[in-house]
Amino acid sequence: MNKIKVGIIGTGNIGTDILLKLKRSENLECGMFAGRNPDSEGIKLAKRLGINTSTKSIQAIIDNPDCCDIVFDATSASIHKEHAPILKELKKYTIDLTPARVGKMCVPVINMEECLSEDNVNLITCGGQATVPIAYAINQVHPDTKYIEIAASISSKSAGAGTRNNIDEFTQTTRDALQEFTSVEKSKAIIILNSANPPVNMRNTVYALIDHPNMDEIKKNVNEMVHKIQKYVPGYHLLYEPVFENGRVSTAIEVIGLGDYLPKYSGNLDIITCAAIEIAQAYAKKLIYQRRD
Amino acid sequence: MKKLSFIDATLRDGSHAIKHQLTVSNIENYCIEMDSVGMDTIVVGHGNGLGASSLQVGLSLLSDYEMIHTARKYLERTKLGVYMIPGFGTIHDDLEPAINAGIDVVKIGCHCTEADTTRQHIEFARNADKEVYGVLMMYHMASINKLLEEVQKMESYGAKGVILMDSAGASTMEMVKKTVATLSENVNIEIGFHPHNNLGLAVANAYTAIQEGATIIDGTVKGFGAGAGNCQLEALIAVLEKNGYATNVDLYKLLDVNDNIMPQISNCIGGLDSLSIVSGMSGVFSAFKIPVLKAAKQFDVDPRDIFNELGRRKAVGGQEDMIIEIAEQLSNPLGSNEDDLTYQIGSLL
Repeated sequence: MNKIKVGIIGTGNIGTDILLKLKRSENLECGMFAGRNPDSEGIKLAKRLGINTSTKSIQAIIDNPDCCDIVFDATSASIHKEHAPILKELKKYTIDLTPARVGKMCVPVINMEECLSEDNVNLITCGGQATVPIAYAINQVHPDTKYIEIAASISSKSAGAGTRNNIDEFTQTTRDALQEFTSVEKSKAIIILNSANPPVNMRNTVYALIDHPNMDEIKKNVNEMVHKIQKYVPGYHLLYEPVFENGRVSTAIEVIGLGDYLPKYSGNLDIITCAAIEIAQAYAKKLIYQRRD
Repeated sequence: MKKLSFIDATLRDGSHAIKHQLTVSNIENYCIEMDSVGMDTIVVGHGNGLGASSLQVGLSLLSDYEMIHTARKYLERTKLGVYMIPGFGTIHDDLEPAINAGIDVVKIGCHCTEADTTRQHIEFARNADKEVYGVLMMYHMASINKLLEEVQKMESYGAKGVILMDSAGASTMEMVKKTVATLSENVNIEIGFHPHNNLGLAVANAYTAIQEGATIIDGTVKGFGAGAGNCQLEALIAVLEKNGYATNVDLYKLLDVNDNIMPQISNCIGGLDSLSIVSGMSGVFSAFKIPVLKAAKQFDVDPRDIFNELGRRKAVGGQEDMIIEIAEQLSNPLGSNEDDLTYQIGSLL
């Protein structure tokens, strides 16, 4: 079967993790791995793997537009805002892994189908990918949910320069996504970097304020959602089922990574890179199907 | 000597002690009294900073905006500040609205190893022409070299100074001495210290930090704060006065806030009462307190003046009889012959 070529811009933690995950894909292959830093670990690794690399960032794709049909942008929010119109012009299906929010926000388990007809989709943030589906599942049972809050803690070691430089967009975009995907009018997102050594696993707590929560239905719906996410993020699991305590509903999720680029504590990479691959594979299938006609 | 400045976190960090339940009248009364004390900055907002009111760390009674708006009305001489930890608050939801509400000073904090998460916010506040400080929390968890790197990052973002928070109150004076001395020698911006009193060393640590070159102390009135509380500003100012440091703070007015305003905020505040501080500062035996209070009431004079005069005359334990004498003279300054009295007392000692 023909594989669809993808380009990756950004050779940091996220870009490199995607590159390694592509090896498992049946219908995707990397046509270009481009960044700006010739000394990045990611570039060195890609060269060793025999991947086509460049240090000219997006210029590599402009100069060689046939290198890919799909582009993963793993740079930073401000840089993606510059890249987005160029990639649109080049007619590349763009999967944005920064919190730039240029395109439609996508959580594969919720709205992937409708995102395949967009030209640019935004993957919110790792915290968003981990918690928005849970908020969505709770809100499905309780459209009367008054408030949703999430707290995502990730290890300092797994938060690369892009995350750190964009911590503000990261927090804001996660919060906004909670409202975008639910009918809840008030939301809050808290992001905590934990510098403990050995590094901690990615942990996410979701809180909801609901007047008379139907805990059995909430548990059932949240568990179903977790099973669906586990199909593309195997290390995603509940630390505790939804409980009603202190007047609030709360539940917590841990994400263990596959350990592709960074060690397994970096579930925050996997939750967003697995989502990116999931979307790219669906888009690739669509392309292969169209080209067959 | 470099000028010392004081940041009062009573209405911010202090509110941890009452689960962030400060009322509008608490803030009004506090700001009215404090504005003439001579503090450089009063910081308001949720205990964990702007945007932190949450199920995760506690919902505050008032919104950050209500707190800022209330304090702004009553602070004319004292600058109004806010604190924010990126990851809790954002520029759009929290920092920009605070700046629009008229604050003067911005402190941006992060865990002591994560300074690069403060760049956006420090730069934003700088571009809005605000006085901006970086804050490194839980400073005891990083090596001095690492702290130096993080302080230098904040310096490069445009921070006017960096405040180390001893968030767990884990410092010994030796740790403070080494850390602050190294940082002061190696950076050009101001270094500040924010102690906690878990080991009973908050004031001592603040004083040590000042001796090693720190120029900003961030504390609270009556040590109001979570757990063992913060650095009690009244006690620190007393120590500084005693040792000849010039400050702009009016100690008596600050002590009045301890006596009159803090009981309105909480009746279970720890920390030292104001006379204990004056007694320590003046070097007068603590057991003089009750007779001093009685005499002050009888002669309608300030008990603190009695303590200070007792100290000036070097009263020793057992000399409680001096109290009435001094109280009487203070109540009738024109009628006293102080020189003779001083001579008499001096000759007795």
